[in-house]
Amino acid sequence: MSVVQVIFVLLSLVAVGSALLVVTTRNMVHAALWLVVTLGSIAGCFLLLAAEFVAWVQVLIYVGAIVVLLLFALMLTKAPTGAQPDLNVRRVLPAAVVGVLVAALLGTTVVAGFSGVRIDLDEAVVGSAEVTGATIFQSWVLPFEVLSVLLLAALVGAIVLSRRGDR
Amino acid sequence: MPLWWPLLLASLLFAIGVYGVLVRRNAVLVLMGVELMLNAVNLNLVAFDAHFRDVLHGGQTFALFIIVIAAAEIGLALAIVLMVFRTHGHIDLDRLRSLADRDDPELSERDAAIAAQESDKSEVGR
Repeated sequence: MSVVQVIFVLLSLVAVGSALLVVTTRNMVHAALWLVVTLGSIAGCFLLLAAEFVAWVQVLIYVGAIVVLLLFALMLTKAPTGAQPDLNVRRVLPAAVVGVLVAALLGTTVVAGFSGVRIDLDEAVVGSAEVTGATIFQSWVLPFEVLSVLLLAALVGAIVLSRRGDR
Repeated sequence: MPLWWPLLLASLLFAIGVYGVLVRRNAVLVLMGVELMLNAVNLNLVAFDAHFRDVLHGGQTFALFIIVIAAAEIGLALAIVLMVFRTHGHIDLDRLRSLADRDDPELSERDAAIAAQESDKSEVGR
């Protein structure tokens, strides 16, 4: 195994372990902080898969903005900081069965479907800021502009929803 | 690197996200499960982009677009969660029965009592 493969396996183990802690921990703030570990190790996987710009955007937007928003929401809804006994639904077993079934089904499908295929990372074009910027503003301009309108709509919607009082 | 490694990692993360959405009662923790699922999809896109070596970099571009959509989604969802917290006094999804089909007299009475308290407070506030 090459160095890249070893690092990828280690990052995968960290991502899966911390993701499991996100959905099982009894402490809400700890769940948000374990989400930082998961998203950070996924950003490392992006780097190994030659997607440099996506990795930094992941760090900026997910770890920087979304987790902070989630922590803000926990604070504003007066979430207790200690361990909570009643964070999960009473019947955990059906949810666990569904989760295991999804993992088994998707996992066997991708392993059976792509077992012989290899990614040749040595000759891959690294998606640096220059390459990504050129492709977005040359080939994907129209989806990009539609996305900016979507962001504007989401902004207006969030402001309207969170305004207090006379409506 | 075998292609199925990132794909298997993405499947596992997606399944963990599904479990989190199903098992959590707090609305903010459910949103964390949704974020895990979106990230699993991103990992798939980036892995296939590296494999096919698309000239247009479709995989990485759509991964970026999904990150933006996730940011918009979380902003709106948290505004809705805060509004539910203001009107109900909690964000426990098991007790939010206003839009549900089933009738649980005890729970709906408790919600009605909380709503009455909230409206009293806002009356006093004015």
